[in-house]
Amino acid sequence: MTSNNKTIARAWWWKALAIAMLVYTFIMGFLGEVPAMPIINESIRNLYFHVTMWMAMITLMFVNVVYSIKYLSTGKLYDDLVGEESARMAMVFAGAGLITGMIWANFTWGAPWVNDPQLNGTAATMLIYAAYFILRNAITDEIKRARIGSVYGIFAFVMMFVFIMIIPKMNDSLHPGKGGNPGFNKYDLDSNMRMVFYPAVIGWTLFGVWMMSLRVRLRKIEEKIHNA
Amino acid sequence: MKLGTQVLTLIKLEAKLEWKNRQAITSLLVYSLASIYISYLSFRQVLDPVTWNALFWIIMLFAGTNAIAKSFLQESKGLQFFYYSMLPPQAVILSKIFYNILLLSILGGINFFIYSMIFQSPVQNNEQYLIGLVLGSIGLSSTLTLVAGIVSKANNNAALVAILGFPLLFPLLLIIMRFTGNAVSGYSWAINQSWCGLLLLLNGIIIILSYLLFPYLWKE
Repeated sequence: MTSNNKTIARAWWWKALAIAMLVYTFIMGFLGEVPAMPIINESIRNLYFHVTMWMAMITLMFVNVVYSIKYLSTGKLYDDLVGEESARMAMVFAGAGLITGMIWANFTWGAPWVNDPQLNGTAATMLIYAAYFILRNAITDEIKRARIGSVYGIFAFVMMFVFIMIIPKMNDSLHPGKGGNPGFNKYDLDSNMRMVFYPAVIGWTLFGVWMMSLRVRLRKIEEKIHNA
Repeated sequence: MKLGTQVLTLIKLEAKLEWKNRQAITSLLVYSLASIYISYLSFRQVLDPVTWNALFWIIMLFAGTNAIAKSFLQESKGLQFFYYSMLPPQAVILSKIFYNILLLSILGGINFFIYSMIFQSPVQNNEQYLIGLVLGSIGLSSTLTLVAGIVSKANNNAALVAILGFPLLFPLLLIIMRFTGNAVSGYSWAINQSWCGLLLLLNGIIIILSYLLFPYLWKE
């Protein structure tokens, strides 16, 4: 199973696909046609660079929880390494999503930070994963760190999932398409935008996984040098 | 022995140990009273029901963290080893969770009584609020018990309980504040029952996760 994963991780085709998708996203994202909508106007292009960050982040957190469960059942430190690095990458994407969102919100809502379920969810997510790293750094023993980190990672993922998926549905949101705001829901998101949005999601997600796998390989090399 | 009897025995043992050394309970009470009194000195009066409710739950959050952070610390290494060799880990975590639920519910009741006296209570539906109090205590204690278990394996740094626990409690606190907030405004059950269901669901998820994950913490 692990060797199979490694061959996929080393294959070139999905990295080429990621680059192609991202090049396409940048070109079409800035030059493609977008519907003219009130309030949002041209800033609707942020869809390709902001919403996609969340998609990549959620995917990486999902990788984190899958590998945490895998570690607890197999006890292979490699699984824990993948889990840790995917959490780290998820934090990077959370930060990128937050920055792109805050710049956008500053122009659209008039303030970089408002009381919105999505924003609160992100803040909570970042705090949870920051706590995850604090916990890991507090433990010196490698195996113990992996085990306890995995336990916290699984628990944290479920709580985060509850927070960002369920609670916004029960509150009103300022986000486009929610709470009666004009936005990217199925009536507004035209086929032009879809043709860029879906490749952008795939591109950013693959890019995130690629960077994560590079970090894993870097860590393994560091380990080898350290042990030599 | 079946799991149920083991859990019951452990809860009784825990209660006995706590009663023998009443210092811990007393300090908890004093801690809560002091936080309520500090709030009184700084706020004087709370007219807004939303603030009233939020302040109460913040006091409960800190009291709960303080109460539960030590649940794995007070045992000696020897007693932990004895548990480890004699009992399944599930019995240990369930007994700790249920004991902490009991402790926090009682503490919450006392807090609520005193808090309502000091700050004039705007609560219109007291039964609903007390149900919320119990449900909130269940969620707070089960989450914090697992976190205390995690921290007990990570250098026993008590400050870690708050760092690890607070972000995990955001969803619970949001739902509980909404539920009890509705009780304060005196909404009927028809409006509030979906929040009650959500709370029960969340508490169930937390307890099941603790039950499943704790064995991995327990083995050295």
